[in-house]
Amino acid sequence: MTAQLQFRNLTLGYDRHPAVHHLDGAVQSGALTAVVGPNGAGKSTLFKGIVGLLRPLAGSISRNGIDPRDIAYLPQAAEIDRSFPINVYDMVAMGLWQRAGLFGGIGREADGKIHAAIAAVGLTGFERRAIGTLSGGQMQRMLFARLLLQDARVIVLDEPFTAIDAKTSADLLALVQRWHGEGRTVLAALHDIDVVKSNFPETLLLAREKVAWGPTGDVLTPENLLKARQMCEAFDDEAGRCAA
Amino acid sequence: MLYDAFIAPFVEFDFMRRALVGIGALSLGACPIGVFLMLRRMSLMGDAMAHAVLPGAAVGFMVSGLNLFAMTAGGLIAGFVVALLAGLVARATQLKEDASLASFFLISLALGVTLVSLRGTNVDLLHFLFGNILALDNETLTLIAISATVTLVALALVYRPLILECVDPNYLRSVSRSGTVAHLLFLALVVINLVSGFHALGTLLAVGIMMLPAVTARFWARDITTMILVAIGAGLFSGYAGLVLSYHSGLASGPAVILVAGVLYFTALLFGNVGGLVRQAFPGRHLEA
Repeated sequence: MTAQLQFRNLTLGYDRHPAVHHLDGAVQSGALTAVVGPNGAGKSTLFKGIVGLLRPLAGSISRNGIDPRDIAYLPQAAEIDRSFPINVYDMVAMGLWQRAGLFGGIGREADGKIHAAIAAVGLTGFERRAIGTLSGGQMQRMLFARLLLQDARVIVLDEPFTAIDAKTSADLLALVQRWHGEGRTVLAALHDIDVVKSNFPETLLLAREKVAWGPTGDVLTPENLLKARQMCEAFDDEAGRCAA
Repeated sequence: MLYDAFIAPFVEFDFMRRALVGIGALSLGACPIGVFLMLRRMSLMGDAMAHAVLPGAAVGFMVSGLNLFAMTAGGLIAGFVVALLAGLVARATQLKEDASLASFFLISLALGVTLVSLRGTNVDLLHFLFGNILALDNETLTLIAISATVTLVALALVYRPLILECVDPNYLRSVSRSGTVAHLLFLALVVINLVSGFHALGTLLAVGIMMLPAVTARFWARDITTMILVAIGAGLFSGYAGLVLSYHSGLASGPAVILVAGVLYFTALLFGNVGGLVRQAFPGRHLEA
């Protein structure tokens, strides 16, 4: 087993205030890891660090040689301008960015892949629909289709099943399992403990600092969850410099 | 009869032909830019940028009179400086682009008008503010044509990142570094087109040929490619019809062009098939599924 992602004394945050504090550990290649923690625990911050949108305040992340831009990333509440005049097919096709780049044409093979991805998330028939007409669940399905096309070694999903009905979550979870089966490394921030227990072998319980990290059964104990909940959310404006 | 009304003016008069070519080339470049400005919610920015061009062109005018190259260079420099500063401020701080540009808006206009008045007459001032599309010389026409060509080629280069930066900026940032470059290039294109529009329509109306066809197209098209084509069509038609209108009625030609574009806009607003008011009020019976 090699570490796909290695965190060394990683501190990430905003305006020098840490949102993820002194995180050490590794995500093994091919692992399926849930990141669990209360709101404000630093889950999204950690993911932004992993995909290179946020520079560490201290410490480092090594990605086993892959470029952060080759990590597929589904942000929480993606800031998508839904009024923009673009249809589902074109939006999903953007998943081919790494191969098509600025000008690469979309040939017959790519066209087949796009249709296959749209079919895999159950949106066949929606190709020509404007994205503004999609429901929340359909939107999330479309974003998963784009993730499928990105064909990335590492996939990071920030609260992918929030405000999504059971049927859609189940369908999308099946895709996550498929990625796991293909040996991809998947991290997902989740709130539903039952979903984590039944689908994710590994869990990182985060509350700004690492509470526990390891096999899901060992991590999600009542004591650990209580500890995570007691974490203080607010930044302390008067906080001194961290000595560690 | 029809020939006399619609074609003869252009056959008979050289200045009408030049005006038509000029406004046509202007539409080809400015209208697609306008569509992107609108979709990026930067419509007002075009206005602010157009005003920013004025003091630069005025400095060029003070140095060497009504000289095309001095005024163009001045306008480009001033426009670029403001565009880059505003863009960088918006990217580096929490101030949004419209806010950082709004502050340049009136300062630039006041400064520009002051500078022109220092040296020129009221006629010069009118020329600066509203242009003179019937007096386009060869150099100006060439300049407009070059800027339209550059615009279309550059837009083709950054088409994907520009679109993606509007729809889903976070995704673009997660897969590519091209977002910032595309954005800055786009700002540069806005400036180039405003400067070339400035020569024909003046600083106050140059934005008109950029924005009005674009917002018109919003009511007729559902996807961006069609929208750009409709906008160019609306721009070309406004140019032609505006010139014909001004020829027969004696109205000032620049404002006539923009007024026709305005009529097209109101028509689209009322009758457009994508969200037009009439369509909203009488949508027809709902469908089965």
